[in-house]
Amino acid sequence: MKLSSKIYTGIIFAFLFAPIIVLLIFSFNEAKSLSVFSSFSFKWYTELFNDRDTLESVKNTVVLALSATAISTTMGTAAAFGIYRVRRNWYKSIFNTVTNIPMINPDIITGISMMLVFVFVGRLFGMATSLNFWTILIAHVTFCLPYVIFQVLPKLQQMDYSLVEAAQDLGCTPVRAFFKVTLPEIMPGIITGAIMAFTLSLDDFVISYFTSGNDFQTLPIRIYGMTKKTVTPKMYALATIIFFVTMALLLLNNIIDNKESRELKRKKKEIKGG
Amino acid sequence: MNKHKKGGAFLPLAPYSLWSVLFIVVPLIFVAYYAFTDEAFRFTTENITRFFTATSNIQAEDGTMQEVRTYLVIFGRSLKLAVISTFICLLMGYPMAYIMARAKERTQKILVTLIMIPMWMNFLIRTYAWMTILQDTGIINNILGFFGIQPIHIIGTETAVIIGMVYDYFPYMILPIYSIMAKMDTKLLEAARDLGCNSFGVLRRVIFPLSLPGVISGITMVLIPSISTFYISQKLGNGKFFLIGDAIEGQYIANNLHFAAAIAFILMVILLVCMGVVKYFTSKTYGGE
Repeated sequence: MKLSSKIYTGIIFAFLFAPIIVLLIFSFNEAKSLSVFSSFSFKWYTELFNDRDTLESVKNTVVLALSATAISTTMGTAAAFGIYRVRRNWYKSIFNTVTNIPMINPDIITGISMMLVFVFVGRLFGMATSLNFWTILIAHVTFCLPYVIFQVLPKLQQMDYSLVEAAQDLGCTPVRAFFKVTLPEIMPGIITGAIMAFTLSLDDFVISYFTSGNDFQTLPIRIYGMTKKTVTPKMYALATIIFFVTMALLLLNNIIDNKESRELKRKKKEIKGG
Repeated sequence: MNKHKKGGAFLPLAPYSLWSVLFIVVPLIFVAYYAFTDEAFRFTTENITRFFTATSNIQAEDGTMQEVRTYLVIFGRSLKLAVISTFICLLMGYPMAYIMARAKERTQKILVTLIMIPMWMNFLIRTYAWMTILQDTGIINNILGFFGIQPIHIIGTETAVIIGMVYDYFPYMILPIYSIMAKMDTKLLEAARDLGCNSFGVLRRVIFPLSLPGVISGITMVLIPSISTFYISQKLGNGKFFLIGDAIEGQYIANNLHFAAAIAFILMVILLVCMGVVKYFTSKTYGGE
C-alpha cells in the first residue's frame, strides 16, 4: 500500500471506530458523565446485570434468533432445492421476484405490511392484541428466508449432478441420495445462510418494532425504549458486551473459513496427486 | 438425467411457496388495501389525497409563518438528506473500496472484517454513540475547548442527521463496490496502461465503468434505508427533522393504520419507479453481456 492509501484507510477506520471506542471507554466511567472520564469502575456493568428486563430481553432475542434461524434455514434449503429442480421458467422468475421483495423493500414497509395482516387477522378472531411471539417469529423467518435461499442456491448450481445420479445408480433412493450426497455438498452454503439469518435476526429493530407485542421485547426494542428516556452509561456497558461477542463470533467465523479453504486446497492437491 | 431432475420439486418447494404468498405477497396487498380504505374498510382515496394536500404552518427562516404541504415537505427533506448521505458515502467509499481491492489478499480479508464489525453492532447503539459525541457538552466540543476553540452546535441540525446516516450505512456502500473491484481482471488494467493510459485514465476509462454495477447496488443499499429511517432523525435531529419514516411511525403509534399504510404505499411506489428506471438504464448499458 502507498502512504497516501494508508493515511486514507486510517482516516476511514478512525471514523468507523471512533464511536465504538468512545462507548468502550465510557462504559468503565465511574461518573455518569459521557464526556469527562473520572475514574475506572464496573458500576454500570453491575447495574446492567441487575436489570431484570434487559436480561429478559437478551434471552428473548437469542430464543427468537435461534428459532427463526432453524425454521428459515430448513425451509429455505428445501425451497432452494425445489427451485433448483423446477424446470418451468415462469415459475423460476416469479420465485426470484417474490424472494427478492423482502431484501429490496425498506424494513419499515416490510414491518408495516406484516403488522397490517396480523392486526387484521387478529381482529377477525376478536383478539385485543394480535401481536405476540408468534407474529415476530413469522416476521423474522420471512426476512431471513431470502438470504438463506440465495446462499444455498448457487451451491446447488455449482454441484456436480452426476454425483447424485451415481448414488442413485448404486442403489440410493432419491431421499437417501439427497442426505448422503447433496446435503454435504451444499453444507457451506447452508452454514453461511444460517449465520446470516442468525445475525440479521439478532440485529433487527425496525421489523421487530412493528410486529412485536408488549409481552415480548427483544434487545433492540428494549434499547429503543431505554434511549427514549435519559442517557445512561448502562447502555454503554451493554454495547461493550455486544461488541466483544460480535468480535468473538467474527473470529470464530474466520477460523472456520480458513479451515475450510485449507481443506479445499488439500483436496485439490490430492486430486492432482492421484 | 432428466428423469431424476424433473420430479420431486413440489414437496420441498411447497412450504416456502405457501409462506411467501402468505407473508410476502399478501402483506403488500394489505398495504394497498389499507391505503385505499377508511376505518370501516370502505373504499376511499382520502388517505392518498391527505398525503398530497395536508398543510401545516412552519416558521420560515425570516421568522414569518408559512403554510406548507406537510407531507410533501417531509418527503422532500427525506429525499434530500438521503441523497446527500448516499453521495457522501459514495465519495468516501469508492476510494476505500479501490484501496482494499488493490491490497494483499491477507490485508483484504482483515479490512473486510474490520468494515463489517460496526455493521454487526446494533444500529441503535451506533446512532446513540454519535449522539454522545456530537452533544453540546460532548467529546468533540471538549476537544475543541481544550484547544481554545469555540464550541460548535451540531446535534439537532441536518448535519448531525447526515453524519448518522453516513455512519450507519457506509459499509453497505463499500462492500458491493469492493466485491466487484476485487474480481476485476487486472490484465485489463495492464492492457490499458500499455496502450498509453495514465493512472487517472485507467481509473476513468476502465475501472470506473467496470465497477458501475457495484456502485449502483451500493447506492440502492444506502439510499433505501436512509430514505426510510426513523430513528436517526429522532436522536440526532432532536426530532426537529421529521422524515418520511418518522411520519409512518408516528401514524402507527397514533393507531392511524390506514394513513400509515397510505404513506408506506406512496413510498413503495416511488421507490419501485426509481428502481425500475435504474434497472432500465443499467440493462441498456450492460444489455449485451
